[in-house]
Amino acid sequence: MKGIDAILAEHPFLGGFSRDALSVIAGCAANRRYDAGSYLCREGEPADHFFLIRHGRITLETNAPERGALTFQTLGEGEILGVSWLVPPYRWDFDARAVGLVRAVAFDAACLRGKCEADHDLGYELMKRFVPELVRRMQAARLQSLNLYGQTE
Amino acid sequence: MSAPGAGTVRVIDRTGIARLVEELRGQGYRVLGPTLGDGAIVYEEVASVDDLPAGWTDEQEGGSYRLKRRGDEAWFGYASSPHSWKRLLHPPDVRLWQARRRDDGSFDLSEPPPAPKMAFLGVRSCDLQAILVQDRVLRQSEHPDPVYAERREMAFIVAVNCGDPSAVCFCASMETGPRAQAGFDLALTELIDDSRHEFLLEIGSAAGAAIAEHLPGREAGEADMSRADAVVATAAARMGRRLDTGGIKELLQENQLHPHWEEVAERCLTCGNCTMVCPTCFCTTVEDTADLTGDIAERWRRWDSCFTLEFSYMNGGSVRNAPAARYRHWLTHKLASWYDQFGTSGCVGCGRCITWCPVGIDITEEVEAIRAHPQPHGSSLG
Amino acid sequence: MTAARASALAPLPLRVRAIRQENAESATIELDPSALPYGRLGASPGQFNMLYVFGMGESAISVTGDCDEPRSILHTFRAVGPVTAAMRRLEPGQTLGLRGPFGTGWPMRAAEGADLVIIAGGIGLAPLRPVVHAVLARRQLYGRVLLLYGARSPDDIIFRPELEKWNGPVEVVVSVDYAHPGWDGHVGFVTGLIPRARFDPAETVGMICGPEVMMRFAANGLLERGVPEDRIFLSMERNMKCATGQCGHCQFGPTFVCRDGPVFAYDRISRLLTLREI
Repeated sequence: MKGIDAILAEHPFLGGFSRDALSVIAGCAANRRYDAGSYLCREGEPADHFFLIRHGRITLETNAPERGALTFQTLGEGEILGVSWLVPPYRWDFDARAVGLVRAVAFDAACLRGKCEADHDLGYELMKRFVPELVRRMQAARLQSLNLYGQTE
Repeated sequence: MSAPGAGTVRVIDRTGIARLVEELRGQGYRVLGPTLGDGAIVYEEVASVDDLPAGWTDEQEGGSYRLKRRGDEAWFGYASSPHSWKRLLHPPDVRLWQARRRDDGSFDLSEPPPAPKMAFLGVRSCDLQAILVQDRVLRQSEHPDPVYAERREMAFIVAVNCGDPSAVCFCASMETGPRAQAGFDLALTELIDDSRHEFLLEIGSAAGAAIAEHLPGREAGEADMSRADAVVATAAARMGRRLDTGGIKELLQENQLHPHWEEVAERCLTCGNCTMVCPTCFCTTVEDTADLTGDIAERWRRWDSCFTLEFSYMNGGSVRNAPAARYRHWLTHKLASWYDQFGTSGCVGCGRCITWCPVGIDITEEVEAIRAHPQPHGSSLG
Repeated sequence: MTAARASALAPLPLRVRAIRQENAESATIELDPSALPYGRLGASPGQFNMLYVFGMGESAISVTGDCDEPRSILHTFRAVGPVTAAMRRLEPGQTLGLRGPFGTGWPMRAAEGADLVIIAGGIGLAPLRPVVHAVLARRQLYGRVLLLYGARSPDDIIFRPELEKWNGPVEVVVSVDYAHPGWDGHVGFVTGLIPRARFDPAETVGMICGPEVMMRFAANGLLERGVPEDRIFLSMERNMKCATGQCGHCQFGPTFVCRDGPVFAYDRISRLLTLREI
C-alpha cells in the first residue's frame, strides 16, 4: 500500500511540487474510494473537500424538476474536482457522481486552506496550478454553450 | 523585297487601316474595336473604319466619364473604354453545357458551340497586360478554362499604343504601358499632325506578319520611329495618377486591421462596378437551371463580384459581411494576394475602377492612406 | 450506362446505390463508380467532389468512405440547403452527377511513423473517416492513433458501428456537449480531451475537422501540448462554385480552399484564422 506522499507525487496536478511541500499537504489528504453511483459531493452542502481524481469518471450534474439530473461535464483520471472550497461561503454548486468505480485523494478543505494561509509560497504554488485548469474549463464551457454543431439554417 | 516578319516596323496610312479591317473580316474574324455608343467609346463590331470614333476623346475622373470632341481627327485619340476586352474573352454570360436526361435517369452533356474568331482592334498596353494576366488565371491553371482558352487561342490582337492617357491612368507606375511591348500580333502608334495621318506598324507575330503582307505601306525610317517614341513618351509623362508598388504586397497583407478600411467603407456602396469594369477581375458564379419538363438542364456561368453578400455565403451567413471586409478583400486580392496566386499584380493601371466608381473611390489614394500611417497587426500567431 | 467523358467542368452521372440517415440532419449517400473513367474515383482522404443534382445545382462534399474501396463512393452531408435537401430525397437507382476529386488531402505520408491525433467535431468526422480506414489498412506504419470526437449530443453521433469497431486499434474517445440520461460517456467540449490524451507531442501529427471555432481551439490545444505548428492540419471550408480555382469564391486570404486546401497545415493559415471576415 503506497504512502499518501507517493500517491500525491504521481498525480499530474501536483507535478513539480517539491517533496517538502508534498509532505505538508499530505497531512490534509486521505485516499478515498467511491462506488458506482455514489456522490462525492452534493449541491448546497459544505464544500469540505478538494479531490484529485486517480481513477474512474465523475459526472457534474444539477437537478431540474421534470428533467432530472442534467450532466454538463465529466471529469476523469488526472483531473481535479472542487473549487467551491476556495470561495466563501464554501458550499458545493453541483452534484458530483461516480459513474463507475472512482478512486480519489480527498483533501480536507479547512486543513488545506490553513496550510496555504500559514505558508503563502505553498499557497501560490497551488494557485499556479489551479488557475490554468479553471481557465481551460471556462473556455471549454463557453465553447460548449455556443452549440457549434447545431443546425445552422 | 522579302515579306515582313515579326519585329519589322512599317508605316501605313488610313487606307492601310481600312485594308487591315477588310483583310481581317475577309479571313473570318469578327473585328471588334472602338465605336461610339451609349455616350461612350465602346468596343463593338467594326464593319469598316467609318465606325471608329474619329475626332473623339474621353475625359475621365473619379466617378465621371464624358466624351469630348478633339481638335483633330485621330481615330484612337481616347484613353480607355468602360468595358475591357474581358467581355469578349471571358464573357459575362456563357452556357457551359446543356444536359438531357435519359429514361434511365442518367444524363448526357452536349458539346458547347464553337467560339467566335475575333480580332481586337485598338488594344491598349494596359488592356493587353490585363489579357496576359487573365491568361495566367484562366489558361495556365491545372484546369484551363475551355471557354477562355478557345476564344483566346483564336484572338488576333492589334494593339494601339496610348498617346492620350486620361486623368485616372497610371499604367506607367504599374509598368504596363503606355507602349505595348509583347503579346500582340500587330501594334500601331497613331501619328497625326496638320500635314498627315499615319500609323507606325510593328509586327509582333507570324500571324501578324501574314496579315501585314496585304497592307499597303512603306518601311519605317528613323524619323517615324522618333515620332512614335515621342507620342509614347508624352503619354508616359502625362499620367493622371501614380501607384507606388514598392512593398505593396506586405503593406496590404500586414495592415488588414487598419482603420482606413472602415473609412473607405463609409463611402463604398459595394455596387461592384469596379469589378465589372476591371480588366483582370475574373470571378464568376454558376447557375443551374432546368426547363419545365425537367429533362433538359443547363449550366450557365455569369460574372460575379466579391462585393455581394452572396459571394462568401456559407452555412447560413456570409463570411465577409461588413462592407469594409469586402472592400478590403477586393483591394488586397488585386494588389497583394494576386502575387501569391499568380506571380504578378492584378492591377494594370487602367484607372477604370476610379472612373466608374459612383463615389470616385481612388485605389491609388486608398493605398497611400495606408502607406502614410501603417498599423501592422501583431506578428504571426502560434 | 455508357462511360461518358469526364472533365473538371462537366459532371458525370453516377447511380445512387443506397442512402441512409446518420442523424437528424445528416445522411450518407453511396454511389456506384462504374461510370467513371477506369471505373474508379481515385480520391485521397481529405479530397472532395462537387455533387450535382440534375437541374438544381452542386454541393461540395468530402469523400467519406474507404478511398481504397473500389466498389463504392460514399459522401456524408448535412441537408441544410436546397441542393443537399434534394440529395437527401434521392432514392437507390436514381442519378447524382459528380465532378472531382478536387483539393489537397490529409498528409498520410507525413503521419507514417508518428503518433496520429485525429480530432473531429460534429459532421467533421466524415472527412476524417477515410483517414481511419487508411490507418487501419496499414496499422503498423503508425504509432499511437487517437480519435477524439465531439458531438452535440448522443443522438448526433454518426458512424456508431464503425466507432465501436475502430476502438482498439485506434483509441476512440467520444465527448458530447449535451448529455441525456443513459449516456455514461464523456461530457464536455471535445477540446477538453486534449490535455490528458496519451500521445507524444514531439512525434505527433494532428488532423482536425469540424466547425471553424472548434478547429481553432483544438489546434491551440495541440500547440499547448507541444505539437509543432507545421504538423497540425485543418480542413477548411468556404463557398465553392467551380472547385477549380477560377471562380474566386472560395478565397481564404491569398489561398483558394478548393485548390490550396481544403487541408492546410496550421502554420500556413494561423494568421488568417483569427482575422475576422477575411
